[in-house]
Amino acid sequence: MYAQQVDTGAKRLKSLEEMSPEERHFQEKVDAEVRIEPKNWMPEGYRKTLIRQISQHAHSEIVGMLPEGNWLTRAPTLKRKLQLMAKIQDEAGHGLYLYSAMETLGADRDEEIEKLHRGEVKFSSIFTYPTLTWADMGAIGWLVDGAAIVNQVPLQRCSYGPYARAMIRVCKEESFHQRQGYEILLTMMREGTDEQKAMVQDAINRFWWPSLMMFGPSDANSPNSAQSMAWKIKRHGNDELRQRFLDQTVPQLEFLGCTAPDPDLKWNEETGHYDFGEINWQEFFDVLKGHSPCGVERIQQRKSAIDEGQWVRDAAVAYARNQERKAKSAA
Amino acid sequence: MADWTLYEVFVRSKHGLNHKHVGSVHAADAQMALENARELYTRRSEGVSLWVVPAGQITASAGDEKEPFFDPADDKVYRHASFYKLPPEVDQM
Ligand SMILES: [Fe+2]
Ligand SMILES: [Fe+2]
Ligand SMILES: [Fe+2]
Repeated sequence: MYAQQVDTGAKRLKSLEEMSPEERHFQEKVDAEVRIEPKNWMPEGYRKTLIRQISQHAHSEIVGMLPEGNWLTRAPTLKRKLQLMAKIQDEAGHGLYLYSAMETLGADRDEEIEKLHRGEVKFSSIFTYPTLTWADMGAIGWLVDGAAIVNQVPLQRCSYGPYARAMIRVCKEESFHQRQGYEILLTMMREGTDEQKAMVQDAINRFWWPSLMMFGPSDANSPNSAQSMAWKIKRHGNDELRQRFLDQTVPQLEFLGCTAPDPDLKWNEETGHYDFGEINWQEFFDVLKGHSPCGVERIQQRKSAIDEGQWVRDAAVAYARNQERKAKSAA
Repeated sequence: MADWTLYEVFVRSKHGLNHKHVGSVHAADAQMALENARELYTRRSEGVSLWVVPAGQITASAGDEKEPFFDPADDKVYRHASFYKLPPEVDQM
């Protein structure tokens, strides 16, 4: 998802008997759905796992602005431009809510951002793909934000209070993102030329599989997932969320009058779900390892945004000092 | 951003309600903290008033929720209306 393959440091789950009294008290609170707050005692593994997950999530929101920013100056109308700008600004907000939540765990924002720039921590695989046409803005809003919603809704009940509360704010804003994306595609399909309709299908073809990959490989046998579930950071398995996303998305795809690049996609009467084809996990792992169309470029863009913005931050500090001095001399 | 101050942000969502903590922002001064908080926490008219407070200025009670600090409230049942048993004729009080 926005946080993929998060390491918990756990090889297997501890039973309540094996835990220290503090750890046991903590686990009993989690089991009873009592939220954990910043000043409460927590196992070091829980703290580290959350820092890893929330920082990855935050980085993904921030890096995720870049593929969309690519089309801002070429939006087809002023209305679309304003909408896309509002959507991108929301993503900046999501990143900031999440960095704040992460800082309550004792992590430092600048340090975590440095780690991203050094390539030591990841951002979501989905944002390493290029955005080639305007239809990609539609496909991203509909599919990528759609997948993000399916992932983020259960995170609103995450055991860590500040993360859960950040997710409640995020989820309130996401449905605008998905609807504006779908509306872009629907408008192109209904009012567009043949060429524009082909653009929609092409965007779906390119973003379909990467969107399904966002949920990560099956974690049915993963000790990291079992630990995250026990800590109630995670509430559902990757396969379950992927299926949920697919089941809600296929009817929307059909309504558009488009198809998925998956010959095996079909409704299964018995299971009540859509069956789908094999996902190319090699591509996913390659992307995580940095072999991706735009991965390096995205980090480069983030770095230069910070470097080139230094003068703005310097000016803000100088201005604040000036104002303070003026206030003092006036008093 | 290391030399910027962390401000905690409180929003009054509508007239007549209390300010409620919503999160935090970094800023060079309080004025900028207000502007940043407006962009971050009230993009959809979520507020009619904002407070920003330097995080370092807040004194908080420490530790876990079940701590002796709150004990004094536990043994004073007579502070609750339900403690006083009245006859049914006047129990609407
Ligand atoms: Fe987001
Ligand atoms: Fe997003
Ligand atoms: Fe979004």
